[in-house]
Order: sequence, then C-alpha cells, then structure tokens
Amino acid sequence: MSYKCVVLIKQVPDTRAITGDAMNDDGTVNRSKLASIPNPDDLHALEVALEIKEKFGATVTAISMGLPEATEVLREALYRGADNAILVTDRRCAGSDTLATSHILSCAIKKVGADIVLCGRHSIDGETAQVGPQIAEFIDAAQITCVGELKGVDGNSITARRVLDNGWQDVKAPLPCLLTVTDQANEPRVGAATRLMKYKNATTAANYDGDVNELKEKNLLIEQYDLDQLGVDLSRVGFEGSPTKINRTQKVILEAKEVKEISPTQEGISAMVKELIEDHSIN
Amino acid sequence: MANFFRDNDDIQFLLKSMDLATLADLMEGDYSSAKDCDYAPKNADEAIENYFLVLDSLGSLCGDFVAPRSEAMDRQGNRLTEDGKVLRPDGMYEILDKLAKAEVMGMTLPHKYGGLNFPGLMLAVANEMISRGDAALMNIFGLQGIGETLNAFASEEIKDEYLYDLAKGKKTGAMVLTEPEAGSDLQNVKVKAFQDAQGNWYLNGVKRFITNGCGEVHLVLAKSEPDRSGGLGLSLFVCDSDPSIKIRRIEDKLGIHASPTCEVFYDNTPCKIVGERQRGLVTYVMALMNGARIGIASQSVGIAEGAYRVARDFASTREQFGAPIDQLPAVRDMLIDMKIAVEECRALLYETCRVVDHEVGNEKILNNPEASKELKKETKKKQRMIKRYAAMLTPMSKYLASEMSNKVTYDCIQVLGGSGFMRDYPAERLYRDARVTSIYEGTSQLQIVAAVRGVTNGTAEKYIEELASREFAPEFEELLQILAKDAKILSETAAFVKDQGVKYMDLYGAKLVDMAAKIIIGYLFVSQASSKYDMQVDSANGEKVSMKQRKAAIAKRYIEHNSPNIEAWSKNIMSGSVSSLENFDELAGAAQTEV
Repeated sequence: MSYKCVVLIKQVPDTRAITGDAMNDDGTVNRSKLASIPNPDDLHALEVALEIKEKFGATVTAISMGLPEATEVLREALYRGADNAILVTDRRCAGSDTLATSHILSCAIKKVGADIVLCGRHSIDGETAQVGPQIAEFIDAAQITCVGELKGVDGNSITARRVLDNGWQDVKAPLPCLLTVTDQANEPRVGAATRLMKYKNATTAANYDGDVNELKEKNLLIEQYDLDQLGVDLSRVGFEGSPTKINRTQKVILEAKEVKEISPTQEGISAMVKELIEDHSIN
Repeated sequence: MANFFRDNDDIQFLLKSMDLATLADLMEGDYSSAKDCDYAPKNADEAIENYFLVLDSLGSLCGDFVAPRSEAMDRQGNRLTEDGKVLRPDGMYEILDKLAKAEVMGMTLPHKYGGLNFPGLMLAVANEMISRGDAALMNIFGLQGIGETLNAFASEEIKDEYLYDLAKGKKTGAMVLTEPEAGSDLQNVKVKAFQDAQGNWYLNGVKRFITNGCGEVHLVLAKSEPDRSGGLGLSLFVCDSDPSIKIRRIEDKLGIHASPTCEVFYDNTPCKIVGERQRGLVTYVMALMNGARIGIASQSVGIAEGAYRVARDFASTREQFGAPIDQLPAVRDMLIDMKIAVEECRALLYETCRVVDHEVGNEKILNNPEASKELKKETKKKQRMIKRYAAMLTPMSKYLASEMSNKVTYDCIQVLGGSGFMRDYPAERLYRDARVTSIYEGTSQLQIVAAVRGVTNGTAEKYIEELASREFAPEFEELLQILAKDAKILSETAAFVKDQGVKYMDLYGAKLVDMAAKIIIGYLFVSQASSKYDMQVDSANGEKVSMKQRKAAIAKRYIEHNSPNIEAWSKNIMSGSVSSLENFDELAGAAQTEV
C-alpha cells in the first residue's frame, strides 16, 4: 500500500549563527541579520518521510505555513524528494501562537489527508515543541514524540523509537499517527541534482507571471491556500485567537565575569572537581 | 554547518570570472535536450544556475557528511573477507548512499542516461571538494571517467546497459589497466582477451593495483591480438562483477586508506569489447587517462586546500614567544606560499578544464550531422590548436598540482610542528594521502615527458601569445613586461633544448615545464586581477578586501618571485651539462641487488 505522508516544514531564522545585532530593540528577531533556513529538525522529519517512501511506498507532501518567502523551504523539500508542496499563507495568520498555528495546520492536513504526519520535535526559533502534539489532537491521530529512529510501518501501524532522557522506548501506534522527529533519527540527504535542476523553477501561482496550467503540467506548481480555502475557524487564529499573550521580552546577555585558570596537573584537576562537587555543579 | 563550496572564495571567484555561458553553449548545443528531459536547461543562464545549485548542494554534503567521517575511514580501511569480498569502511557505505541520492555520480554524462551533462570543469570542482572531505573518496567518485569513456567509444547497447546505473550511483566502476609488469609501460599488458566459437569475449589473467577493483563495472585493457606486440595488440573491454572475478588481495598502503587497491584475477570472465579492436590503448585509454589526470590534479588541489586550512587555523591560535605563531616571519612566509600555491594550481586546473571542455564541445560540433558546413570548417580550424593546448596543459596541471599537494601537506606538518606529526591532527593523514598523487595516473616524470613536448614544439609559445593578448587592466603593464621578458627567455631555452635532442629534453624537462607553467600562471593571475567580476572577502585582520586586489597582490608577488628563478633555470638548462647521462655509473655507484 502507499502511505500518505505529510511533512510540516517551517522557515526559521538561523539562530545557530546568532550575533549581537540579531535582535531588534523591541525584542523581535532582526530577520535581515539572520539567514532564513528550513527548521533543522523538520529536515530530519522529511528524511524519515523519504525513508518511508523508499522502503514502504508513500507519497510525501510538504506543507509550510508562513510568508510567501516560505516557498524557499518547500522547494528544498522538493529537491530532496517530496512529491508535492503546499504553502499556507494569509495575513490573518500573523500573531498566531502555537495553538492557533496548530489549528491552521491541522485544517491543511485534513484537506490533503494523511496517514502519517511528520514534523520536527521543535523549531529553533520558538523552541516550544507544542505544535506537533497539538496538531495530533486536532486531527484525532495517535502521536509518537521525540522520535530517534523509525523502526517500521506495517499495514495500519507504525513503530518508532522514542529518545528519552535516560534511555529509549519503542512505541507502536495505529495510523493515522503524528511523529515529532529529533536530530538523532538520521542525517538528512542533500537535494538530488536532477531535482535541483528541475524544481528550482517550482513556485506558487501568485509568484508566476506565465500560464499556471503550464506550471501544473510540469509538476512545478506549489499549491497555495489561504484560511478561507482551508475552512479555518477565524476566531481561533491571529493575535485575537491566540490565548498566549506576551507580557514583555527581555534581552539576556550572558557574560563571563569571572575566569579561573586551572593548572593541568593532578592536583589542579582534583581541586576543581572538589569545588564543583561542593557547589553542587556535579554530584 | 560546513559547506566546502560556499566557504571557498577562490572557487566562487574563479567560476564567476569565467565565461561559463560559452561552456554551457558547447555542452548543450541548441538546448533541445530540454524538450525531452524535464531537468535539462533551456538556456545558458539556467545551465549556469544549475552548476551553482548542484555544486552548492555537494559542497554541503562534503562539509557536513564526508569530512567528519574521513578520520575513521582512514583508520578502519578496507578488509578482504576469506571468500574474496571487499568490505569498505563503514563511513564509505554511508557516503556512497548519500552521493547516489544526490545524483552526482554522472555529472558529465548526457541527460538521456540520467547524467547532468555538465562541463568537465564542474566535475573538477566537485572532485576538489570531495577530496578536501576525504581524498580516498575521490578515487571512487572520480571514476566517472569510466562512464565518459563508455559514452564516447562504446556501442549503444553497452551504453544503455551501464550508463544509467553508473549515473545513478547504483554501480561503481574500476579502471583496470595496471599489471605486475605493466605500470607506466602499459604496452606490456599481458591479461588475455579471447573469443569462443560464437565470438563471445572472455578475460584471463591478473591485474594489480586496481583502485576500487571491487566495483561493479570493470573497464579492462587486455591483449586481444596475440601476434601483435605493443599498443596495437591491446583492446578495451567492459565486464560486470561476476563470480569469475576474484579479488586476491588488497594492498596495505601509506595513504588513501578508504580506497581499496585490489589485485584482481579474471578467470575466463565474460566481457564485451568497447569500440574497435586494437584501439584500446592508443585511443581509448589515452582519452581515459587524460580525464583521470585532471581528476588527480583536482584531488591534489582539494587535499592541499584542506591542509592549508589546518595550518592556517593552527598558526593563528598556537602561541609561542607570547604571540600566535602566524606573527613569526618564517611561518608567515610559509603560510602565504602555501595559499598562493593552492590558488596557483587551481588557476591552472580550471584553465586546463576550460580548454579541454572546448575540445570536447568542438568534437560534439564536428560529429553533429546537423551542424552547418561553415561551422564545422571554423570549428575544425580552432580544434587543431585546442587539442595541442589540452595535450600540454593536462599533464602540466597534473604534475604541478600533485607536486604542490605534496609540498603543501609537508609544510602543513611543519607549521603544526610536533602536533602535526601526531595522529591527533589531520595533517599527517593529508600528508600520507597526498603522496600518491604524483605517482598514479602517470608519475610526475611521465607528465613532464608529455608536457615538455608542448613546451618545445611551439605550442607553449603560441598559447602564451594567446594569453598575452587577453584584456588586462592598465596598472599591470609592468608585470606584463616581466612576463613578456620571461616568455622570450623560455623560447630561447626551448629552442636550445630542441637542438640537443630527446634525451637532453627529458633530462631538463622538469625545469623547462616549470618555466612555462610559471609564465602561464603569471598571466592567469593578472587575468584574474583584471576580471570584470569582483567580490569582497575576509582578510587576516577581519576587514573586507576586494578579491581583485588580493589577486593583484598575488600576481605581483608570484611574478616577481618567479622571474629570477626563470632566468636561473634557463642558465642551468643551457649549461649543456650532461653528467646525469654520461657520468651515471660513477656518480650513482653500484646498485645493491642482494637483500
């Protein structure tokens, strides 16, 4: 059988390359100083989806919610092997918190249908790790979080290994199922050369000047949906529909105030270990 | 997140300074492939965009996936099981899988076989990045020449059978030439090819030092004409991995540990002939070897790039006498020379690729039944000199780059001092890996024999004239005058050598080729400094500097340093000293034949 996999990919600022001017004074991210990239964990999720496609047979649809520029991460998914890509973009999405975002994305997933939904465990900008589990609830699917390894897909069930603090846990769940994937699951592939050459021209109808049918025929059309087309409950999106209210943000600059030199001798290291035990840094 | 394409300013600058549109036109012709192949480019701009996209993607694979596995692969090496199966290091299986998924194993093969139809220049860039990640991997990745040879000379049936699988990375190849008694002298190949009553071909005999002999597609040079001696007795064959092929041993080597070097026994192995009988060595292997030489030049540059970076980083952080050692004049001098040496060989390599790609492109035009008579006539005229340039530049590039790689990796250890000698740093691995580059695919001595012909028969003179007629920025007039003077010295020296005969030419070949190479690259550096394209790059003090300004400074240092050497080499060559030929017996003493 061919499984329907949906992979959720978010375009995020590359917070791993953060510098002093990465934040604006109002506490928002200065996007001009940070490159936009696909959220790293999401690429691990995509790799699991491609593994399912290659080993068990599946179609892979990548969905991203964001600004029109998010087509870039969808193209990246197509380069690596996704069969289709969908952009959910609507001004009314602005200000959505994790719950509102989960609601919107679950509407998109319901529209295309899915046996297996895959997303990164968390995003490197928000870091909440809430969207995946909330979507599972919205679409009434089982969920396996913190996946470190896909064990297999068999008929109507999926088995994966969860990575826990003190070990691991193998979980078998019925389909439909949502997986949140960690960076331990795999090392993602890079784009395939012939797909790079082909899908570099993939875009949404809104961004294309020519005949959209032509784009569609060549399988280069990235579908674009707004909230109306997805049947989203508008009272549950945007600033107004988001229960999370940000009171204030604070810039925290971590500075090393005290430096202590430890001599690289048996005595020096013993003294350091003793001190760390005494102040409960280690025990 | 390392990306060996993005982090290399020199590669970016060179590619953006070059006329890639003409190369794309030569590769794609009228771009009609786009009608049948959904990823083929529709015009030159799209082709160039494709080159950069694919190289960028491969650059990230090399930086993030290949390089971190290199040390472990070097230590683990290949193992031969009792039943003759080669087990690669664990990392190599993972890398080959990722490379196959990246669809980069047929970069220069035509679209119809799943290839990318890229110019050879792009394969050279890829080979360089791969080698920087892991030198031994290049010995498998770089065997794309096997597909190229089949594409150029084999029947349609053979092409259909093998090329798609090679391009998709489902199969890897082995170039099976060397035998215990036939290394540099391939005319002496003894492995037999014979036919049965139905006309089917079989191979029998032992081949040695076969890189990736465990590969699935073997291209084998064998003796098909028992009564003919020399090259005309040999033909080229292709066969699949088969139970009749036995890997008898794998070599225990100094470097490139992750590349299996096999002794292969063909026990009446069924095979197919490639192209025509008797052309195996004289036509097909010669073409294959030229591509392989460019491959090794790329590998050499890649290893040296890696070594330079190790040395540069170390020198900036290692403190002695109260400051980083890159403040010490002797270390500075060494670092600058290493950096320029890498850029010197990259400049010659890319120029060589450009010329060879023109040769390949022209050949396509000449073989195209639809090309007009005028175009063919014009192309034929150009092709005569292009072929001569390619025949000189290819061995020159291989010789220069491989010797440079040895020197730069040697200096890398020197910069690291005691730490460089330890296995804690990659310096010693790079040094070991570089060592073979000046040996395989033709030793430096053989490259010089091939290149010196071009230096003495007027090819170099003509080519240097062409280089000198390029457009340069006016501020380089003084440097151009030095180069013109050097070129005059070269012509006089070459004429002198020619009069002394072949033995004398071979005796002084290295110095003569060095002279020509330094002049050619001098022009290439001035040409780069005069490029229409410019970019800002980081300098050592953290400030941005224009790449053209950097190249101008390099050109000045390079030309001013080399000009006195060129004069000295010339004097040395024209001294007429033949002691190596006439006084060998007393100078070298007797060989100790008993062990």
